[in-house]
Amino acid sequence: MLDILVSGLLLSGTYALVAMGLNLQYGVARIMNLANGEVLVLGALAAFWLYTTAQISPILTVILVIPVAFIGNWLIYRFLLTPLVRRSKSQGALEVDSILATFGMSFIFIGIMVSIEGGFFFYKYLSEPISILGSTTSLNRLVAFLLAVLIAAALYIWLHYTRPGVAVRAVSVSTEASGLVGINVPRTSALAFALGGTITAVGGALISTFITLDASIGVVFTLKALIIVIMGGVGEIRGAIVAAIILGLVETGVATLVDPGLTLAAAYFIFVIILLFRPQGLFGRRAV
Amino acid sequence: MKPATVQELIWAGVLVALAAFWPMMSNGYWLGIGVDVMMYTALATSWMLFSGPTHYISLASAAFFGVGGFVVGSGMSDYDASFWSMLALSAVIGGVLAALIGLATLRLSGVYFVIFTLGLAEMIRNLVSWVQNNFLGSRGLYVLTDFTDAHLYWMLLVTAGCVYLLGWIISRSRLGFALRIIGGDETVARHVGINTATAKVILFTTTGVFGAIVGAIIAPRWSYIEPNQVFSPQLSFFVVIMALLGGSGRLWGPVVGVIPFLLIWNWVDSNFSNQSILVLGVAFLVIVYFLPHGFVGRIEQLRASARGRS
Repeated sequence: MLDILVSGLLLSGTYALVAMGLNLQYGVARIMNLANGEVLVLGALAAFWLYTTAQISPILTVILVIPVAFIGNWLIYRFLLTPLVRRSKSQGALEVDSILATFGMSFIFIGIMVSIEGGFFFYKYLSEPISILGSTTSLNRLVAFLLAVLIAAALYIWLHYTRPGVAVRAVSVSTEASGLVGINVPRTSALAFALGGTITAVGGALISTFITLDASIGVVFTLKALIIVIMGGVGEIRGAIVAAIILGLVETGVATLVDPGLTLAAAYFIFVIILLFRPQGLFGRRAV
Repeated sequence: MKPATVQELIWAGVLVALAAFWPMMSNGYWLGIGVDVMMYTALATSWMLFSGPTHYISLASAAFFGVGGFVVGSGMSDYDASFWSMLALSAVIGGVLAALIGLATLRLSGVYFVIFTLGLAEMIRNLVSWVQNNFLGSRGLYVLTDFTDAHLYWMLLVTAGCVYLLGWIISRSRLGFALRIIGGDETVARHVGINTATAKVILFTTTGVFGAIVGAIIAPRWSYIEPNQVFSPQLSFFVVIMALLGGSGRLWGPVVGVIPFLLIWNWVDSNFSNQSILVLGVAFLVIVYFLPHGFVGRIEQLRASARGRS
């Protein structure tokens, strides 16, 4: 029981981080990014590849990934998604277009990753066992959790106590109103999208230290991140954290008590309950 | 999406009649392609029934398809049931599954629906594998029938014809009109008194029924059924891409998308099999950026400009 609690909580740290990334992309830039999971796996691939070929520590990779992912995601928003934002007449039309476009991108990412590494991204880093509260887990899980918490906290402070952070939050509340008060909405959206993608890639690099991924696993992470975002309420950071903890615990519980193959089914189960009883999310105020 | 005309129905009838002769003119490789074409035509047209007017992108095709294949496999292999009774049962299960998904997600905005269908096939595959491993013992199922590819082709042709006919009837009915209004603006639809959720659930259920039927008909082709194979998520993406490539504005759109896509895909897959998924991604982007209304939209645009000039 304690084992489930500890490893579930440690897992939820990275989940919360990844969901924050998606929240920025969907809640602020209003792009339903179905390539989110693939960006995560790209981060994981970077960590795996640099560690196995050059023995670069995944922690260092996290720092290296930040500028690359930021520029990459900014370029994607600027050149591939901005035309769609301009073309769309309504939020619904943008959603359909962005779903299809990011879907296409996800396949392109998978194709690129398969050509780099077709098998599992397997490597061992900090895998010695440690004991927390009497429950044994591995060091890499703890390190990933601590780093995820650190990055999430930095993001939270940035969003709440700096001018650009406040602008990002304003756009998430209303694009029209923030345009009226002099916020450069296209630039803020691009910033939020790029930042969201960066956080996702960093999350991927962290996850890869304790879960073995492969090129085609991205969609599962997209789905989990989406479920967390919906459960927490779109645009709600605290909600995403609580939702990530719930998902982490339920998943670990199902994996240990029933079968590791049913974690996705567990996520769906939560999803259905949320859809039926609280579609606006645990912390959401308005119906989305 | 415009209401279909009588002229269109006549053309469709002629096409079906002509297509029925394909197995007599071809065999082996080309008959196999014909079965694929018919399978995807039926799936993409039934996808279009729901997603065409409403603009809700369903990625659930693989789930219904898999359910159909699996019900036939399990019924014939574990319970010695006949193919036809299992075909009927799979249609019922597909319909019930779609109705449940529809009731859970279609009352809300479209995004929830897309997300829900995104991992559905994978989730059902996990559940089915788990049930099989823990309670049924065996992993694979055998479907042994006397059907040849030609039989399957004709069954799929009939299914595709039925889907088209149903779509034709719906598009000229009150329900079809309601769906077009929902697709135009859901808030308006609600305000003029349309029960939007019911209309969407009914349509999505028909998609589920036909998806399961197609999966059930294809099952004898494989003869050995495994969850990993029948619940391949790729199928959902194929259906979406073919339907959109054809164009979502017309009921006959998918037919125009299925044939060129399958021919190109077969060529890519046999020559550059490592990069095939990359090609799939590029195809999606091409549709979004250059062919937003598919081939049908392009054809109608050209026709309109030709008329404007003369």
